[in-house]
Order: sequence, then structure tokens, then C-alpha cells
Amino acid sequence: MDLPSALSLALPELILAIGAMAVLVFGAFRGERASGAVAVLAGAALVAAAFAAALGPLGVAFNGAFVMDRMAAYSKVAIYVASAFGIVLGHGWLGRVSNQKFEYSVLILLATIGMSMMVSSGDMISLYVGVELQSLALYVMAAFQRDDAKASEAGLKYFVLGALSSGLMLYGISLIYGFTGAMRFDAVAAAVSGEAGTGVIFGLVFLICGLAFKVSAAPFHMWTPDVYEGGPTPAVAFIAAGPKLAAMVLFARTLSQGFFGVHDQWAQVVMIIAAISFVVGAFGGLMQRDIKRLLAYSSIANMGYALLAVAAGTQAGIQALLVFLVLYMIDITGFFACLMALSRDGRPVTTIAELSGLRRVNPGVALALTVLSLSVLGMPPFSGFWGKYYVFKAAIGAGLWPIAVAGLVASVVAAFYYLRIIKVMWFDAAPAPTDGAPAETRLVAFASAAFCFPLVLVALALLDPAARNAASALGLG
Amino acid sequence: MPLPALAFYILATVTVVSGLAVVSARNPVHSVLFLILAFFSAAGLFVLLGAEFLAMLLVVVYVGAVAVLFLFVVMMLDVDFASLRQGFAQYLPLALVIGIVLLGEMIFVSVAVADRGAAAGKVPVAAAADMTNAEAIGRVLYTDYVYFFQAAGIVLLIAMVGAIVLTLRHKPNVRRQKVAVQVGRRRKDAVAVVSVPTGEGISE
Repeated sequence: MDLPSALSLALPELILAIGAMAVLVFGAFRGERASGAVAVLAGAALVAAAFAAALGPLGVAFNGAFVMDRMAAYSKVAIYVASAFGIVLGHGWLGRVSNQKFEYSVLILLATIGMSMMVSSGDMISLYVGVELQSLALYVMAAFQRDDAKASEAGLKYFVLGALSSGLMLYGISLIYGFTGAMRFDAVAAAVSGEAGTGVIFGLVFLICGLAFKVSAAPFHMWTPDVYEGGPTPAVAFIAAGPKLAAMVLFARTLSQGFFGVHDQWAQVVMIIAAISFVVGAFGGLMQRDIKRLLAYSSIANMGYALLAVAAGTQAGIQALLVFLVLYMIDITGFFACLMALSRDGRPVTTIAELSGLRRVNPGVALALTVLSLSVLGMPPFSGFWGKYYVFKAAIGAGLWPIAVAGLVASVVAAFYYLRIIKVMWFDAAPAPTDGAPAETRLVAFASAAFCFPLVLVALALLDPAARNAASALGLG
Repeated sequence: MPLPALAFYILATVTVVSGLAVVSARNPVHSVLFLILAFFSAAGLFVLLGAEFLAMLLVVVYVGAVAVLFLFVVMMLDVDFASLRQGFAQYLPLALVIGIVLLGEMIFVSVAVADRGAAAGKVPVAAAADMTNAEAIGRVLYTDYVYFFQAAGIVLLIAMVGAIVLTLRHKPNVRRQKVAVQVGRRRKDAVAVVSVPTGEGISE
């Protein structure tokens, strides 16, 4: 394929990369007072890239390293929209809480390039470079408030453990390369199709461990609660949404495109990771007092459900993964937006106890938080239920019912802590009024609560065929 | 013994010995100097392999830039190397056990790859005779792998932006050089020619 047509396939990434560099230069010359303009321009680049991804051509470029198929297009649109919301939330928050820095929007753009490389990687090198591109930007965002000891701790922990996981992943990739002689997923698939030696499986396990670190699945989750607690709230909201989708899609693509021949081997590993994740997520969350730590455990549990969908190894599983993650991203963004909307005397609300009596002092946010909690716990008409419904249906369809039952039990246990939030908000006494919620957090919180119910019923009619269409790109049965 | 084999053994011995000296030298400046020696001998090994371009890169980039940077760091940062060495003897047994296990695993994996890997029993592909080293590397780097090359560039950009975001701090009350003001200054703003009558001096 010649360069111009390869570049036309990679148009979304080109828009983001050139846009990021342009706004970086613009911001560097204009200084901090340009951060509003930088945020607007970065958001415009994301919207343009989303249109380019949705309407652009499909194909494979750069010697198979870059795959733009329907799954990549679907994930890219979701990721770009999530990143645009990340800029909206981050810009307003930085203006209020710490000093405004235009680099925040630029870092979101750069992380988004990494995520889109991840979802369209067709090669071990683009897998690694994409992961690293995304993670490096996220490390900086987690440590963004460098005067805050907890934020610095969060950034450092995230960086050190992320570097460790990159090491594991690279070791796995080098073993896979050594034993199959291939870097491209299709060539690896051809090499492992007959029977795969122990060496390849060994490398594959390392690769899975490295990727599990990036999606914060247990037992590789230890960084998650600290990063969520210490990092600036908008940065955590960003980390909890798009990067998870990107890493899970990468997970699904690597395993089902590169290693479908050894599905029995990796399905066991992924199922065990999934089961540990939802058990750790459900029981770990019970003890938490800090809302952000609670959300960290919630995300660990939810990554377990997503991995269960990957382990199914069917087209229905991939479709379930795509629907589940998009619904989860909307939920979690709304949750963090509620958290950013709440403060008392200028100090952000961080513990569950501080939510008490929210019904009286801030009924709008209390209602949004209630809807979002019910949705994350999986109450029937809300969006979280539909995500889990797809996942469990796919898992049972693939015969994984023991793990699916364990997942159901874990989600019942996890329901306790969401119900506790609701109880504290609606039935406890309010100690003091909260400050007025900033407009953009209120907007995002209400919009995502409205999406959880009732808009989700309309959206599913569009999401279901789109996700099925996207999942068919992997060509599974 | 033919000359290339002799050169190989001399260079390889020097590389290994200076590598050991890097970690065992007491003075950190000596460590860096041994590191430079190791780089030079490794460059010699590259020349023996017919990779002249890589040999030159190793000397120019690693000796010329990286090692000199190390020297700067070692000399300018006040790192207390004596305290870093504290507990060396205490942790030595555990470190030895872990090191030996790691070495064993690496040998095991390398033997397995050499024995049953994808390239087992195959002869390395010789470089094309009509192409120079630099041309071959350039073709791979800028044509086949241009996507990764550009993406790696963005990774470095993030590292730079991140370092600046996390460390740059504009302090107030610091007098900065304002080049535009300096350049825009004109003679009539700064110099006045006054004719002074003899013997009267100038008031003010």
C-alpha cells in the first residue's frame, strides 16, 4: 500500500497528532491565559477525529501494523468522545482547584493518540508503542498536582508499576517473537495454528499479565486504589473511561486475532483473572470509606466482567465487551462528574460519610448519583444492567456458566456498597450545605444519569447493531 | 590464529572486563570511564560484524553524548555513593540467589529459543551487497517502520511535555532577560549629549 492511502486510513491519528503539536505550540507562545482556547481547539480536534474515524475508509496499512476495521472505528469514536468529555471536566476543574495549565488538554490529546494506536494495532510493536504512548501521558496526568503529596505518590506508583508491567509485556513479546518468528498478529496466528510450543504459551502468559496490569484486573490491580484516590479527580475520571476501553479492545484483538489457535490455553488464564477481579472488586470495596477508592474497586470488578466477555472467544462475547464498556464509560464519567460537583467550603467531598443528607442540600446531584449507583450495581432498567446482561449472555452462550454464576454473586455483594451510598444520601441527616455545583460537572452528571435511564433504551437500539457490526471484524464464530 | 578472530577475542575480553569494572569500581567517575571503554570495544565488535554504521553510531551517540551526560550527572549531583553501598554485604546472599536463578532462567530460555525457536537451524541472512549499512537501516527505519518511528517520536514528545509540566515553575521576583526590550532600545532613549559650559559643571 502506498503512503497516501496509508495516511488516509490513519487520518484520525494524524488529525490528533498534528492538532496536539499545533495547540502545544500555540499554548507555549500564549501562556496560561490561552488554556481556554487550547481546550476548545483540542476538543475540536477530537470531534474532527471522531468524524474521520466514523466516515473514513477501512483497511490495513503500514505492513499490517495499523488495522482500521469496524471494531477500531467503533472504539475510536467512543474513545474520542470520552476524551472530549475529559477535556470539558478537566479544564473547568483545573481552573477552580489548582492553577490552570494548558498542557492538560495537550496531554489528553496525546494519550488519545496512544489509545487509538492500541485499538488499531495489528502488530506487537504497535501494541507496545501504543500502550506506552497512552500510559506515559496518563502518568503525568496522575501526578499533575505536583505540590500535593498524594498526587505525587499516585503518579510515582502508577509510573513504577506501569514500567514493571511494560517489562513483563516486552518479555512476553520477545518470547513470542523468538518462538514464532513473527510480530504481526496474522503471522503469529499462522505460526500457532497447528500446535503451539510451551515457549509461545509462556510468552503469551507474560503478555496477558502485562495487559492485565494496564486494565487494572486483579491480581495486577494493586496500583488502582492509590492512583484513583491520589490523582486529580478529572484525570482519574479520564483514566477510568477511555484507556480501559482501549486496553480491553487491544486485549480482545491480540488474543482473538493473534492467538485464536490456542484459545483453550488463554481462555483459562483470562477466566481466572476475571474471577479474581470481580471477587477482589466486590469484597475490597466493602471496606472503603473514600468514594474514589470505592470506584477503583468498582472498576476492578467491572474489568472482570469485561474479561469474562473476552474469555468467551465468540463474536457475541466481543459484541458484549463493546456494549458493556461503552455503557460503563458513560456511567463512570457521570459518577466522577457528580464527585467533582460536590464540595463543602471549597474542599471537595471525598468520603461516603460526607454524602449524608445530600437529598436535602443538593437534590439534583443526589438524584443523579442515585441513578448512576443503581446503574453500576446492575439494577434492571438502568444501563449497567444491560451491559452485564450482554456479558453474561455471551459467557453462558460460550459455556462459561460457572464463572458467570460467580460474577453474578460478586455483583450482588458489590450491590451492598452502592446501596450504602444511596442510603447515606437519602436517609441520613445533612451536616452542612454544599457549595453550588459548577455548570459543566452538573451538565455531564445529569446527561450521563439521563443516559443511564431512560435514554439507554433508545441508545441500545443503535448500539446493539453497531457493536455486532464492529465485533464481526474479528471474524470469530 | 587469523587476525579477525584475534581481534574478536581481544575486543570481547576488553568489553567483558570493563563491564565488570563498571559495577565494581569504587570511584563513580572511573565507572563511567570504564563504560566508555566498553562502548569503544563493542563498537570494534560491530566493525568485525560488518556493521560500520552502527559502530560509528555507538561511538558518536553513546560515547559522545550519553557517557558524557553520565559524567556530568556523576560530577554535578552530590550522590553519596558510600551510603548507597551500605548493606551491600547484608543483601549479597539474597541477591546472589536471585541473580543465579535469573541467569539460569535466561540461559534456559535462550537455549530453548536457539534450539526450538523460529530461527533454529537457519543461517543469518547476509546483507545485500549493493547497499551500504546506512542505506539498509534507513530503508527499514524510515520506510518499513515509519509508523513506529513517528509514534516513538510522539512518545518522546510526551516525555518532554511531562518533564516540563511537572518541574517547570515560574518564580515571581526573578528578573528575566527581555530580549525584545533590549533590542528595541534606541540611542535617544538612553544617551543624552549635554554641552557643559567650562567651569560650571552640570546640575542634577
